[in-house]
Amino acid sequence: MTTQATTGLRGRHLLSIADLTADEAVLILDTAEAMKEIAARPIKKVPTLRGRTIVNLFFEPSTRTRTSFEIAEKRLSADTLSIAVASSSVVKGETLVDTALNLEAMKPDMIVMRHSASGACHLLSRVCRSHIINAGDGLHEHPTQALLDAYTIREKKGRIAGLKVAIVGDLFHSRVLRSNVLLLGKLGAEVWACAPPTLVPAGLDRLVTVTTSIHEAVRDADVVMMLRIQLERMQGHFFPSLREYFTVFGLTPERARLARPDAIIMHPGPMNRGVEIASEVADGPFSVILDQVTNGVAVRMAVLYLLAGGEASEG
Amino acid sequence: MPVVMDAGRVAKTITRIAHEIVERNRGLEEIALVGIRSRGVPLARRIADAVATISGTTIPVGSLDITLYRDDLMRHAVGPQPVVRKTDIPFSIDDRRILLVDDVLYTGRTVRAALDALIDFGRPQSIQLVVLVDRGHRELPIKADYVGKNLPTAPHESVQVRVAEIDGTDEVVVEGGEA
Repeated sequence: MTTQATTGLRGRHLLSIADLTADEAVLILDTAEAMKEIAARPIKKVPTLRGRTIVNLFFEPSTRTRTSFEIAEKRLSADTLSIAVASSSVVKGETLVDTALNLEAMKPDMIVMRHSASGACHLLSRVCRSHIINAGDGLHEHPTQALLDAYTIREKKGRIAGLKVAIVGDLFHSRVLRSNVLLLGKLGAEVWACAPPTLVPAGLDRLVTVTTSIHEAVRDADVVMMLRIQLERMQGHFFPSLREYFTVFGLTPERARLARPDAIIMHPGPMNRGVEIASEVADGPFSVILDQVTNGVAVRMAVLYLLAGGEASEG
Repeated sequence: MPVVMDAGRVAKTITRIAHEIVERNRGLEEIALVGIRSRGVPLARRIADAVATISGTTIPVGSLDITLYRDDLMRHAVGPQPVVRKTDIPFSIDDRRILLVDDVLYTGRTVRAALDALIDFGRPQSIQLVVLVDRGHRELPIKADYVGKNLPTAPHESVQVRVAEIDGTDEVVVEGGEA
């Protein structure tokens, strides 16, 4: 059969959006568009990754991301196993590198990892031969989430360049924010970020427009992306109370109306209703929150497919 | 680089294939064309247009990308993955007679992949194969039902079908003949 024109990813891992060029990001989105159609078939499975073994290694709780990766892997016919930390040797005191090397000894092809330490996936990529995919590392990045967000924006708005995207919420603890700022910036969006001053990471104002006024952030926005208040990561008092947070920073129907009439409302989940977003908005006609979840599978299939290509083991 | 079919010949061949399809298939409404990306798709559309002109029956056309079904996909030691394009079959293939359309029939591996892909969309009543050029050198037991031109070639040669929709011109050329 004839060889098609090829364009691929330069790296063998997906550790961060920072490593991707705009062209590579667009390749992932274009590939995801083709992958999305598979979910509409009577048989939602293609034989592409037959015989490949993928380990999902999750050191933090996750429903959406882990399920999404598992479904993506199965739709590509890979053999997959998911390891939850509670049932692994980690609780017996094994180090991350030892856990990884032991898994490697069983010859998987890819490891999808979520870890509470920023940079954990980079560490793994230096000791492992498998392709490493970052499913969220500490406060650092969550690249596939940003890619599915970009995919959803492009699908709904037809483009990304030139759009005003307002990201509102717990910026400080959010790896979703970090990946999105980098990706949407590469793709030409005008990004605004809004949070109480205690939740704005240092240096963010060098990359995007930072404001403490949700009105200013949301006004005339094409996309409003709400981020979860990550109570489980908060050791300290970042704001007086959840109720006060909602009063000042919550996305209410009135505030949502400041955005453009055709704006879309996004949230990476899990949502805290009545904290960062009002239920009426989350369930309203402009919400694309569940589309994001649907698109996540297609985007992850695209990433798995594109990374499974070139083998560095070639001698 | 010898041109073995020019635009006029390609047009006549498509018309002839359309006549053969009309002649051999009673009940044209049960038929659907599925073009294999990339060049099988415009060829399928043109065949559908020609059938409509001859018989007055409009036949639905779908497009199939077989990349994810290729048997050589994971064999490449290095290099990026082939680009995956969209498959779009906007009708049920169940109990239909499917005419699979491709530009060149060579090893048969593309057709094998396309058959696997099609079966994932349902259970057609039958699948027939239409190709503009059959250049020989089959590696699988696959045979075309409608052939535009039989073109004996050497394995080191390459047969390029160009179509106006993609390449700006209609022609078939053989490259790499006398090295």
